[in-house]
Order: sequence, then structure tokens, then C-alpha cells
Amino acid sequence: MIEEPLLSVRDLRVTFPPRRGRPAVRAVEGVSFDLRRGETLGLVGESGSGKTTTGRAVLQLQRPSAGSVRLLGRELTDMASGDLRAMRRHMQFVLQNPYTSLHPRMTVGQILSEPLAVHRAVPPNRRAERVAELLSLVHLDPKVVDRYPHEFSGGQRQRIVIARALAVNPDLVVCDEPVSALDVRTQAQIVQLLSELQDKLGLSYLFIAHDLAIVRSLAHRLAVMFGGRIVELGDADRIYETPVHPYTQSLLDAVPIPDPALQRARLARVAPEPHIPRHEADLSPCCFGEDHRATGRPRWHEVGPGHHVSCHFWPTAQAGADGANAGQG
Amino acid sequence: MSDAGPLLQVRDLTAAFGRAGAAAPVVKGISFDVAPGEAVGFVGESGCGKSVTARAILRLAPEGASVTLGGRVAYRGRDLLQLPAREMEQVRGRRIAMVFQDPMASLNPVMTVGQQIDDMLRHHQNLSRRAARRRTVDLLGLVGIRDPASRADDYPHQFSGGMRQRVMIAMAVSCEPDLLIADEPTTALDVTVQAQILRLLLRLRHELGMALMLITHDFGVIAGMVEQVFVMHRGEIVERGAVDAIFRDPQHPYTRALLAAIPRIETARRSS
Amino acid sequence: MNDAAPRPGARGRLLLTIGLVMLAVLVAVMVLGPSLAPYSPSRTTPDSLAGPTAQHWLGTDSIGRDLLSRLIVGGRSTLLITFASVALALCAGLVLGLASGYLGGRVDLVVMRLLDVIFAFPVFLLAIAVVAALGPTVPNLILTIAIVYTPTLARVVRAPVLSVKRWDHVEAARSVGVREFDIATRHVLPLVVSPIIVQTSLTLANTIFTVTALSFLGLGPPPPDPNWGSMLAEARQFMELAPLTVIGPAIAIVFASLTFIVLANGLREALDVGSR
Repeated sequence: MIEEPLLSVRDLRVTFPPRRGRPAVRAVEGVSFDLRRGETLGLVGESGSGKTTTGRAVLQLQRPSAGSVRLLGRELTDMASGDLRAMRRHMQFVLQNPYTSLHPRMTVGQILSEPLAVHRAVPPNRRAERVAELLSLVHLDPKVVDRYPHEFSGGQRQRIVIARALAVNPDLVVCDEPVSALDVRTQAQIVQLLSELQDKLGLSYLFIAHDLAIVRSLAHRLAVMFGGRIVELGDADRIYETPVHPYTQSLLDAVPIPDPALQRARLARVAPEPHIPRHEADLSPCCFGEDHRATGRPRWHEVGPGHHVSCHFWPTAQAGADGANAGQG
Repeated sequence: MSDAGPLLQVRDLTAAFGRAGAAAPVVKGISFDVAPGEAVGFVGESGCGKSVTARAILRLAPEGASVTLGGRVAYRGRDLLQLPAREMEQVRGRRIAMVFQDPMASLNPVMTVGQQIDDMLRHHQNLSRRAARRRTVDLLGLVGIRDPASRADDYPHQFSGGMRQRVMIAMAVSCEPDLLIADEPTTALDVTVQAQILRLLLRLRHELGMALMLITHDFGVIAGMVEQVFVMHRGEIVERGAVDAIFRDPQHPYTRALLAAIPRIETARRSS
Repeated sequence: MNDAAPRPGARGRLLLTIGLVMLAVLVAVMVLGPSLAPYSPSRTTPDSLAGPTAQHWLGTDSIGRDLLSRLIVGGRSTLLITFASVALALCAGLVLGLASGYLGGRVDLVVMRLLDVIFAFPVFLLAIAVVAALGPTVPNLILTIAIVYTPTLARVVRAPVLSVKRWDHVEAARSVGVREFDIATRHVLPLVVSPIIVQTSLTLANTIFTVTALSFLGLGPPPPDPNWGSMLAEARQFMELAPLTVIGPAIAIVFASLTFIVLANGLREALDVGSR
């Protein structure tokens, strides 16, 4: 029996309206993916790829311009704001910067009680108990409830942020670069905590990051974003070992390796620095030899079991070699 | 190593925030040498004093802070900490140049990048306006900016983060310094752009024969770039050595902890 | 973001102390008023326009009333009108500024244009028009002055709200499911109070002048109740004969407005306004 995914995103689009003479920005252009229970989907890409906007659109913090987001079988995109607020107990958010994502004038206790009060998750007389429970869950001393965020280090603050996200027992947690503002050792501890909590509570993570090495240590599946689209999606191990899309390849190729000999060799290799076009002509046939206008199928190819690659954004050299009809679009 | 002795000889350098007396120490008496043409790396976590060390060499303080320095920073035998301000200006930017993490903060937003490099060249090298512009265009080409002649007339905001960092590097190497100090030059950049900037720094180092002092929190960035590594922790150098030796066989527990915490792209998630 | 608790500088602390002492004097006058005054402010004596004596420390006015008593009782009325109108303007400014800045879009457009219209009128022209239309009673005066200063305070609220509402913790609160009203009042408003407090103090200083000036022009509380503005107006013609009748109220006005200016500057440094 095929289990219904926890989260199902279809053809998600976000367009920011034109402003002060600047043209409209299509930040997300048709993103689709599923997330199963207890699974981590790593969403990687560089700045401007639309990964953060995708995360915010999934949570409806940014209303998508088109497409569908279904969580627990319920459509979020056209939900009334009251229902959506109630739905938020199933989906939570961990932001990038622990120094700014906590209210500076609220104590840890107040911060952690807020979601409990909003969703009436526990009766008021049990709130203190639940707050203490949450703090132990993220390995903080429950005695810190009366302290303010500025009394904590970055790593401790991120633990508080995570505790807040877990307060109402969510099913989905969207983590937007949750460790990129932290030191290496703290990063490792937070990653360890996230993976431990997933095992304990059966959480699903949409893990957004630019650091492919961090994603590797957490993700079961991987989605690589470029220019507002997912260009490669599949099993994380598969993609890390045999990336297919040239953008994924260049991304993996650029990750520094903490091994002097290997890294020297890597830097010395004169990288072709493939020029990946941001906007491309509608090539047909595409790099996989399919004429999408003729077949009418999406520009999306299965290259292995559950491993999909888009034929968007292939370097022009390759397109020129493959497609004699280039430029007809 | 060269016979001419070290290019930079730092002895018992101390730095403390605030005025003498009520100062909080951030660098607690560190010593190291940089030979001509050598590349050294400083690694440590935020607050370990690595950036303050870098700035101390040029007698610069982090923004908004006042720093009291002590010890000796000898550049070609002359103690920079004792140099009159006038002569220090001749060293800064000309003999020892610096690149920071945030290029936007170091560029003037209302001047074109060409004007800013021109000014720097004219100030340090007494070039004519035309000669300076010719050199500026050469420099922008050298750091890999396409169509340098026309890009010189663009303003900083018209460049992407990576291109801005290239502009900063062009400005830093404009006087062919003996030593380039790069403080987290790629931390704010995407991983593919980071690789390009690292390759550029390597190439320039060999083409211009300059020494490089690379400061970063990222062991991966250091790995392929330098010969010597200094690991800093709480204002002190806790371990130093050749880069291969440190990665292969770290001695200090702090270095081991740092190396162990690096996420490896070749290691998958443990199955659960 | 400013994480550490505000640490007042030495200068700020000194200004704040001076300001608070001055404010204590004003509040004492306002609260204790009549019981402080040695005589009834309306009791006349034959001894008109007299200089300072043991009975009348500051002398008497044109119909022989005790100047000191009139200053104290008049100050009470002037200050009450000032505080009441600024309190009203602050309430309106908070609601309008918060709604405008937080909701943005069309609400912002409409509210700000409306306030611009009020703002465009010269203060006195507007005040004279309203008081003339509604009649010179104390409640009308308070309402008028409140209307005049609402735009200033609304703007001071709106500006920081525009930036604070984009801070991460606001988005975090929204993602948790907090109601928009609670986000605005609990996650945004508490972080913008410092500039509002400073501006309120400055507005108090301006309002002192506005209240006395309107009273001077005869648009203040009706006689025989004394107030600093009408005292100045009455004493003007006897300026050469009894200079204290003019100097007294003048000094009182300057003292009161200086109080709020000193206080505003002390608060500005103590609360570290402008460093965010």
C-alpha cells in the first residue's frame, strides 16, 4: 500500500509584483515535491535560487501565486486565515538567525509558552511543566525559563528556537539554513540534535541550506534548486554519488574538501566553470532527445529509480552539441 | 623559505578591546612568521581573535571598537606598531593589503569601482589619470571580470557579491603588495563563487609572488590554499604546523574537536 | 539588534535626573495646586500692581490679586490641559501609527494622507479654526491640541514599526500561529516604545507653548480661572509698571517646557534612541 505523503507540493509558483520600475520577479517557477513522514528532504541551491521562498510558500508565510500545497491531505493555499492558523500546529519553522528570531524582551518561558497558549495545546496549569519538558528535549537546563535570549550563545538560542517549533508537536518542520550562522562545532551539535529529535518524534524536515556537506548528514532525499526550479530530485545518496544535472555537478564540485592533497588537486584542476544560463531558449529536442512541444510532457526525466532531472538550464555548449534545432524557440 | 628572513615577524602580539587599564584581552601574546611568498592560514571559531590579529598587523580596529595593541609586528625588520602614522599609510594598502568578508562595506556606493581603483593607484603610485585608468582596466581583467573597460564605469551595487569581492581583490593587489591578508573572503559567498575566488587568490599569489594570510573558520577553505596553519582559540595559537601534518595528525584536543566537527560531503546520514 | 539592556551614559543620567526633579516640581504644582497657593487666586486687594512684599512674595496684579497664587493655580490648569491633550494625541497616534505601519498597503495610504492634511495646516490656524467653531471650552481646547499633535506622534510610531515588523521574530511568531493583532501589540509595539517616549516628552514641551499661546489669544479656558497664557495677555499693558506680572508667567512657561526638553534629551540618551 502506498502511504499518502505528509506534504505534497505541486507546481508551486511565487511571483513578486513589479516595484519601483523593477520588473516582476518570478522567484519560484513550478516546484513540485513530496515529503513523507519521518523523512528529511534537503532543499539546496545558491542565493537567489528560490529555496527560501519555496520554504516560506510551503508555510503560507508567503502566499503562492499558483500551485498547490497539501499538508495531511488538506489544501493550504486557499485556506481561510483562521483555519490556516489552526493548521500551523502541524507545521513549524526554524529560522536561520538565532540572534534575531527570538523576541528580545520575552523570557524563554514566555517564548515557549506562546505556541502552547495560541493552540491551547496544554491546559494553562500544565504549561510550565511542558516548557520544562521542551527545554530538556533540546538539552537545555529547565532552570533557564526566566532568562532572556541575549543571555544565551548562538547555539543555545537555536535550541530555544527548535524547542519553540516543537512545542505543539508538529508533523513538519521547515528549517531554513538553521546552522549557517553558527560555528562549526555548534553546527555539528545542532545537526545531531535535529537528527535525534527526528528519530524520537518522527518529524519530517524540509531542510533548506546552501551547505551541501551539512545537508548530506541529514537528508534522505535531495532537491537541487536553480533559477526558481528544481533541477534534480531524488535519493540523497544517489545524487551525491552520481549527480546528473550539470548544475548539481558544479555545485558538488565546488564544495571544499577538508583534505589538503585532495583540495589542492581540486583547486588546481582548471575548472571549466560551466556557464549555466539563467534564462534559456525553449530547446527542442531537449538534452535528453525529447521534443517536449511534440510530446507535451513536462521537462522532467527519470534517470534512475526515483531520481529525476530537469532538462532546463543545461549549459549552452552541450545544448549546441546536442540540439541542431537550437534557437528555434 | 627565502634567505632574506621573514617578511613578517610577529612577536608576543597582544590586543585588548578598550583603553589601556580597563581592557579586555582578545589576543594574548601570539608569535608567528610569514616568509616572503608564503601562504599561511589562521583557523578558529568566532571570537577566537583571528580577525583582530589580522587587523592588528595593519593597526586597524574592528568597526566601532578601540583596541590597545602590544608586542612587535616587524615587517621587513621595521616594527609596524611603532611606525609614525604617516609611514604606516605607506605600508597599508601598498605593501600589505587586506580583503574583508563584506566587500559592500568597504566600497564607496556613490563612486564607480573604476574611480575607486584609480584613486587608490594615483594616491600610492602617482600615476596620471589615463595611466591609472589603463592599470585599473588591466587589474579588473586580471581578477577575471569580463569586459573590464566598461564594467569599470559601474557602481558597486551593479555587481554581484562574488564580482564585488573580485573588485576588492583587484583593489588590494593594485600596488602589488608583498602580503595580502584575506579575512573570511568567501564566507558570504555561494559555494561555486567561493571556489572561483579561491582559485583567483591562488593564481594571483603565484603571478604576483605575494605572501597570503588567509583567515577563516572553515578548514575546507584552508586545506588547499596554504602551507602553514595556525589554530587559534581564546586569543592564543594552540597549534601550528604544516597543513598536511595538521590534517593528518592534529595534536591539540581543540584542533581535533574542530576537525571532527566538519561535515563531510562523502559521509551520508547514518541510517536510522 | 540591541540585545544588551540599555546602559545610560553619564550625561544621559545627569539630564534625566535634572529633568525628573523639574518634573516633580511641575507635578507637585499640578496635584497640590490650590492647597499650595497662599491665597485664593481670585481674591482682590486694593493694593494693585504692587512689588514683592512679605505678604505677596511676587507682588500683585492689576486688580490686586496675589501673583504667586495665580501662577500656581494657573499652572495647574495649563499643565492639566497639556497632559490631557498629549495623552489623547498619544493614544490616537499609537493606534493610527501602529495600524498604518503594521498593516501597510491601503490602510497606510489612507491614514497617512489624512494625517498629512492635518499636518499641512499651520498649528495655530487649525487650532483657532476648531476652537472658533466649537467654542473656547476646556474640553474643546484639549481636543483641538490633541488633533494638532496626533500626526507627529503617529509618524514616530509608524517609522520603527515599518522596520520592526520585518524582523525575524515577527515572522517566527506568525509561523507559530499567533494572531496578527497579538503580533502587532506584543511582538512589535514593545520594541518601538523608546522613540515614542522621547517624542512624547518633546511634544509635551511644544504643547505647553501651544496651550499658553492659545490662552494668550483668548482661546483658552474662560476667565476668571487663571492660566499662564491669559495672565501674560492681561499683564502686557502694565509691563513697565510691574515687570514681575509678565516675567513670572514667562519664566513658568519656559521652566515647564524646558523640563520636557531636558527630560526628552535625558531619555534619548538613556534609552539609546537612534542607535538601532
